[in-house]
Amino acid sequence: MDILVCVKQVPGSSDVEVDPVTGVLKREGFSTKLNPYDLYSIEMAMSLREKYGGTVRAITMGPPQAKQALLETVWMGADGGVLLTDRAFGGADCLATSYALSQAVHKMSSYDLILCGKQTTDGDTAQVGSELSEELGIPNIGNAISIKLEREGFITVTQNLDDRIVTAEIPLPCLVCVDGDINSPRLPSYKRSKQVPQNAFTSLTLKDIEDQDKTHYGLLGSRTNVERIFPPEKNADRKTLTGTSSELATQISDILKTGKFIG
Amino acid sequence: MAHLVIHKELVNKENIDKVLKICPFGGLESECDELLLTAGCKMCGLCIKNGPHGMITKEEDQTPVVQIDKSAWKGIAVYVDHSSSGIHNVTLELIGKARELASVTKEPVYALMIGHNITQAAQSLLKYGVDKVYVYDYPALQDFLMEPYANVFEDFIQKVKPSSILVGATNLGRTLAPRVAARFHTGLTADCTKLEMKENSDIVQIRPAFGGNIMAQIITPNSRPQFATVRYKIFSAPAPAANPAGSLEKMTIADDRLKTLVRILSVKEKEKVMDISEADVIVAAGRGFKTQADLDMARELADILGAQLACSRPLAESNWFDAKHQIGLSGRTVHAKLLITLGIAGKVQFTAGMKGSDCIIAVNSDPHAQIFDVAHYAVVGDLYEIVPQLITLCKEAKAHALS
Repeated sequence: MDILVCVKQVPGSSDVEVDPVTGVLKREGFSTKLNPYDLYSIEMAMSLREKYGGTVRAITMGPPQAKQALLETVWMGADGGVLLTDRAFGGADCLATSYALSQAVHKMSSYDLILCGKQTTDGDTAQVGSELSEELGIPNIGNAISIKLEREGFITVTQNLDDRIVTAEIPLPCLVCVDGDINSPRLPSYKRSKQVPQNAFTSLTLKDIEDQDKTHYGLLGSRTNVERIFPPEKNADRKTLTGTSSELATQISDILKTGKFIG
Repeated sequence: MAHLVIHKELVNKENIDKVLKICPFGGLESECDELLLTAGCKMCGLCIKNGPHGMITKEEDQTPVVQIDKSAWKGIAVYVDHSSSGIHNVTLELIGKARELASVTKEPVYALMIGHNITQAAQSLLKYGVDKVYVYDYPALQDFLMEPYANVFEDFIQKVKPSSILVGATNLGRTLAPRVAARFHTGLTADCTKLEMKENSDIVQIRPAFGGNIMAQIITPNSRPQFATVRYKIFSAPAPAANPAGSLEKMTIADDRLKTLVRILSVKEKEKVMDISEADVIVAAGRGFKTQADLDMARELADILGAQLACSRPLAESNWFDAKHQIGLSGRTVHAKLLITLGIAGKVQFTAGMKGSDCIIAVNSDPHAQIFDVAHYAVVGDLYEIVPQLITLCKEAKAHALS
């Protein structure tokens, strides 16, 4: 089974603040990491390859430094990866991102299965996987907790669908978004990190994909528009209770009594 | 639409590093002392605002974007999330919000219900103020299957042309909405916590980003329908009306649109487990508790108040609690009548999941704790001293009420 895993490089920490006066993002340094949710889908891909053979390749879109995310997947065991990078892709929303990814997938050799993580830790939208499957015109399923190969040309996927667990058979090729916390992702191998083959990675830019119309990508291809960012609201009418611990306990119990939560 | 232009003549060795540091997204890089924009650029404008004056500017694109005719799209549609256990409450909450939004633009409120043998359930939605419930009732739609459901959704959009579509951010909704939004090449904003209607029918969508540490205000300015997903318990369900005025409309679709090669092998109902998002009264514990044994205090207080015990992310991560007890963006959203937080710092990650609660009493020893920003009652003090005394007082009050 030949598998593509979509990964993303995300900020190392989400501890960002917005200056309430200037509206400017305050951020200490700029560190990055592989999106933690992707670790589960990479692990899933590895275990499928171990069981059924085939290849695992990673694909990511981002600035040139996003190659680091691909490297990490190779250290975990992936065979190689594709970096989709071009200024034209910058500022993309979910739709423009998934369209660009679909164009890159068309350029790659054939695949049986595309795996995505549940969501990223910076955007948290959980939308790109499903949108990518639509762009590619292949079936998709979300929140997968297990994948098996039981019949030629199909996979059997068990899915966490809110109040029920659904097991379904899906024809290949298809796209599966993997739930979080479903396996124990392997650690990157030091040995592998020293033996990354020269030709493990390829880069694709706008010139390398079929649709080269800039207005389909990045900010121009986005349908949503971020008007502004701002710090979360504060509650203006709060009451601060003061006093000794026993006075504070009494005040709280009075509030509980007034609200009819006790007594 | 616009793009950024770097004025090379203003770039020099001294200021290049400064500009590189301004960008939080890695959107700028230097190559041979030349400043370049990379794919990381999010057009946030920080480099224009905080960089050397005039070095980077925003230029409007020459080719004007064709404006769509928004008047061809009318109505706010809510996708009805349901299963064998009934209609998910998030649907009612979204109907309530859709009515508020629709009152600004004088649009109708629609519901789209897809399934089999659902007429009665569809009828029950009318009392919440839906003008029209569009029903696709076919045996092939008994269980949720992506392709037939997406095809039906597409059919509905093409026939009814709603301006906006609200979908509950359940696992199902979070998979279905993007599939349909991509089919129409339109915008979809995930997990909105606030929605407001503009006169021009654009919905102002506000959602947390970066783990909830900042809020982003997003619009879909030039495509329709505009899609948004909203989590359960963010908005309130409206009170049912005695004499509903709306109606049902039975929809038809060609059989071949309902076909799929995906086959469901089994559907297993999950066991009903305690769900903190349903709780009216919650006591939530955070890192202020030094040991796991100390949580007994919180548990005792919760028991007296008939409350559910919940926690913040660090306690779930250290396995003191099961993940389903965790409040926050990466846990559950709660909308309690009373929420007492003990020793919780109140990172936005946490508060995004609880600030809709009616009465929030926060106990924390740090007077600058962020939790106080959302609390109704800020109690600055040591939980190890306050909680035992509070337990005693609550016990007394209870005994007094019984006598």
